[in-house]
Order: sequence, then C-alpha cells, then structure tokens
Amino acid sequence: MTQLYLEQLLNGIQLGMFLFLVSAGLTLVFGFMNVINLAHGSLFMIGAYAMALISGMTGSFLLALILSLPVVALSAWVIEVVIISRLYTRDHLDQVLATFALILFINEGTTILFGRTPLFLDVPPLLSGSVSLFGVVSYPLYRITIIGAGLAVALILWIIIAKTRLGMQIRAGTTNRETVEQLGVNITRLNTMIFVAGAMFAGFAGALAGPLTSVEVGMGENLLILCFVCIVIGGIGSIRGALLGAITIGVVDTMGRAFVPDILVKFLNPAAASGISAGLSSMLIYLLMIVVLVVRPTGLFPVARGS
Amino acid sequence: MNYTHYSRFLIGSCIALILLPWLFQAMGSSYLISTATRLVIFAIAAVSLDLLIGYTGLVSFGHAAFLGVGAYTVGILSFHAYEETTLMGFSGTLSGLIAIPLAIVLSALVALIIGSLSLRTKGVYFIMITLSFGQMLFFLFVSLEKYGGDDGMMMFDGRNTLPGLNLNDRIEFYYFCLAWFILFFWFCTRLVRSKFGRTLAAIRQNEDRLSSIGISDYWSKLQIFVIAGVGAGLAGALSANHTEFVSPDITHWTRSGDLMIVVILGGMGTLIGPVLGTFLFLLLEEFLPLILHSLGFDLLSEHWRFVFGPILILIVLYAKFGLYGLIFGRMR
Repeated sequence: MTQLYLEQLLNGIQLGMFLFLVSAGLTLVFGFMNVINLAHGSLFMIGAYAMALISGMTGSFLLALILSLPVVALSAWVIEVVIISRLYTRDHLDQVLATFALILFINEGTTILFGRTPLFLDVPPLLSGSVSLFGVVSYPLYRITIIGAGLAVALILWIIIAKTRLGMQIRAGTTNRETVEQLGVNITRLNTMIFVAGAMFAGFAGALAGPLTSVEVGMGENLLILCFVCIVIGGIGSIRGALLGAITIGVVDTMGRAFVPDILVKFLNPAAASGISAGLSSMLIYLLMIVVLVVRPTGLFPVARGS
Repeated sequence: MNYTHYSRFLIGSCIALILLPWLFQAMGSSYLISTATRLVIFAIAAVSLDLLIGYTGLVSFGHAAFLGVGAYTVGILSFHAYEETTLMGFSGTLSGLIAIPLAIVLSALVALIIGSLSLRTKGVYFIMITLSFGQMLFFLFVSLEKYGGDDGMMMFDGRNTLPGLNLNDRIEFYYFCLAWFILFFWFCTRLVRSKFGRTLAAIRQNEDRLSSIGISDYWSKLQIFVIAGVGAGLAGALSANHTEFVSPDITHWTRSGDLMIVVILGGMGTLIGPVLGTFLFLLLEEFLPLILHSLGFDLLSEHWRFVFGPILILIVLYAKFGLYGLIFGRMR
C-alpha cells in the first residue's frame, strides 16, 4: 500500500511540475503586466508540436528539445508585439476576449497545418527505464527527470527574481509599474522579455510533455484552466504561490483520481460509487479552489499592489 | 442617443421576427426557421449575461453552467418519462408546464449557490471562480453515466408538451421561443430602467461609494446574478427542446466564451446589443464558411474560426462599442 501511495504522490508532484512551468509564466505576466493571457496554453502546445516535429525529423530528443525553445520564443515574441502589448492598458474583459480569439486562431491554424490526428513521441532511450527509489518503489526515470527539471527551473527563477537587478525591476514593477517606468526602466522591453521568458517555460513543459501525453490541438487549454486554478490558489503574481499551488493541485488531482473511488466504495454501493467518483475526482481541485477563495478571496500569498 | 430612432428599431425588429417564418416560407427556405429559433434562444442567454457584464461590471466566465442546468432538467425529466422510471421517487414528465418552471427554479437555486460564494471575490478572481464553477458542473454532467456521460442523451419522446400548443411543429416552437424572448427582453428593459437598475450602474462605476451610502452591493449583485442565471437556465431548457438532445458540451467553457463574444460583438451595456451580436455570430457561423468557399478559400471554409479569430481580435481592439455603436452611435 505504501508503494502505491508513494507512486501516486510522485505522479502528483510530476503533474505539479508541469503545472508550475506553465503557471510561472502566467503568473509573471499577470503580476507584472496585469494581463490575463488565455493563450498561454497555446504556447505549451506550440512547444509540444515543435518538439514532436523536430525530433521526428532529426531523431534526436536533446536536439529537438534545444531547437523547440527558439521556436516557442519566436512565436511568443510575435504574439506579444502584435497583440498582447496592445492589451496592457485594457480591462480584463478585453484581455479575456482577445486572447480567447487568439486561441481560436492558433488552434485552427494548427489543425490546418498538422491535422486532427494526435502525434506521439517516444521516451528517449537514455531516459527510459525505471529506477528504484528508497528501496520501495520503482519509478520511471523520465518522470523523475521532469521533476528534476521543474525544480531546477524553480531554483533558477528564484535566483533571478530574488538576487538579480532584473528580478528587482520585476518585483518593483509588480508592485507599482508607473514608478518603475518613471525611474528610467525600459518597460516595453521588460514586458516583452518577461512574456517571452514565461512562454519559454510553458514551451519547455510542452516539449517535455510529448512522450507522456498525445500531442494534439487543444492540449494547452485543459492544462491552462488547471494552471489558472494553481495561480489563483497561490495568489496571482507570486512565483512562490504558483509553485505551492501547482504542487498542491497536482497532488490533489492525482491522489483524488486514484483514491476517491476506493474511499467512496466504503460508504456507497459499487454502482453508485463508480458513477459519482468519476465526477467527484474531476471536481476536487475546483472545490479546493472555491474553498480557498471563499476563505481568502485573494489567494494564499497575495502580492502587495500599489496604486 | 436618439430614442425615437431606438424604439423604431426595436418595434421594427420585433415585427421582423414575428414575420420571419412567412418570409422564409415565401423564400422556399423554411429550414432557416431552425436557425432563427437558435437565434432567439441564444439571444436570451446573451441578454442575461449582459446584465452581469455590461450593466453590473461582473465578468462571469461560467455562464454556460446555467444553460446546462436548464437543459439537463428538461433532458432528465424526459429521460425518465421515456424509460418510465423514477428519480428520487418522482416520475419523469414531458409536460412543459412542469419541466420549464422546474428548469427556471433549479437554475435560480444553482445561481444562488454559485453567486453567494463567487461574489465574495472581485476582479480577476471572480472571473476565475466562475470559470471553476462552470468546469465543476461540466465534469458533473460528464460523470452522469446514466444520462449518457460524455455523449449526452437524446430526447426520444420529442419536445415538451403544452396544452393547446404543438412544440414539435417548428413554426409553433419558434413562436413559443420568441414569446419567451420578448417577455425576457421586456423584463430586462424594465429592470435596467428601475431603481435597482441604477443601483447596478452604481456598482459598475464605484462599489465603495455605493456601500458608503448604505446600499449593500453584495446583496444587489447576488440578486442580478440569480436573475441572469434564470435567463440562461431558461435558454438552456429551450435549447434542449430545440435540439431534442442534451450533452455536457452545452456547459463547456468555450460556450461561456462564445456568450461573452456575442455580448461584446453586439455592444455590452445595451440590451439590444447582445441580440445583434447573437445575430451576427450565428450569421458568421452559418455563412462565413460559405463565403470563404465561394471566394475560393476552400481550405479556410472548413476552418472558418481561423478567420473569425483575427476578426474578433480587431473588434475587441478597435471597435469596442460593437454593432450597437455602429447603428446607434456611441452611447456611453
């Protein structure tokens, strides 16, 4: 039994890492530029497609991973300059609609280019196989790599934000944008930089997700809604909140799917239990978010905001 | 704004909607009546969402949830009537005198629960919490294996029955929906011009000032949230009758997005705007593929959203006042 729990816990953390990689950009863009970007999930999808296509052509996992990042960065740069930069001064409603329209455009464009058939990717030979953890559970190496990559990104982000001059500007800008601009920081450039960086994290996650899920149109949106739940629980604008929210959501969702049916069977007859548990386990994270918001309407780690 | 111009337009469109079936029959394209019925049903939902977004400044991203509540009420009752089984001791029914009022009551109840929790938050958190409630209901409907789960269920016995009215006749059903639409539209017109309507406008402009003169903004927001939920629930019940089919798709979050698009497309904060928006949206959905096809863009006609997306972005960026603004000039 411990083995099963541990395995599901690791699965949850691994999902949490994906969520964190996508949420990090989302929360930075929201915190710094005050923009809700629904199309952030599309960048995850672009990363996955770039990875699938390049690794299909070259046959090399690592090369594809390295090359897919510039593809995502370029797409993000175009999106930022053409559309997102015009939304900074608009209200949330306009942002939601414009980026919703952007999803329609990108998804339909991807369907035109690559069709509706999902693409599949193999785990690279170097990372296939499992390792034994704590002597109790054998766990796939690839998933462990993902957890490691997520933690590494979290560490790098923390160093940038807490220790560097750039990070100082980002933190200051999140609190009060106008003042930072008055002090001579080139906000337009900083905006683009943050957006592209956030997109690259999402694209990186997309590229890594390839071997675990099917690469298909719409893969970004399902993840995106989960990521919104993460950053809302964590408090919008806070990287720490995003990490905590992502791991919580990842673990709760995975554990819920694995164990809710078992728990319900103890109280209900099997037929009723199986009917309810499917719904209940998908609803669990939304219930969690609603409870958090009702108790703390601005999330667990709200970022102080001037003006 | 020119009021005579406005009321003339309103009366004109009303007459046009009433005469529409004759027109279509004269044109020999009576299949368009089904499109017109969709227009009228969808417009009820759009107007109800505009009460929140346009009049109160509450950006609800989960409005499709109420469509689902209304549709599933009608669908589940019909399912049990067909199977001759009971649900919690109640037998199913096809009677519109029971199904439609019940759909309205249940959507009001669900709106009361969702609203009382969601309205504790503001701004982007409100957008996200309503989105989450919408997702919850979506997954709830998906998990109802008995009622078709993912695939939904057909209403094998056809539409609801009403004394003196045959809803399975498409023209009679069109007038039935049109009557509901006119009733709801009239109610909303009265509502936004009432004292309560002024309160809503004050909430949109400055919540803090309102509470400082002793009007509870929470209570007013909850009231309008429930009213809007009822509108969408009614639209859901009619929509289930229209398609004789109910599936979780109706509560998918992109449905909520579509409703928001319609409100903005037509011009928010005006009741006629969302109706015009619905008209344009359905027109584009039906005819944009045909137009693209006739222009020689065969590939794009299947993927019309590829063209629709950029059009929408341009509208959001540069034509905020929507169709309403084009027709009546800027109002606010």
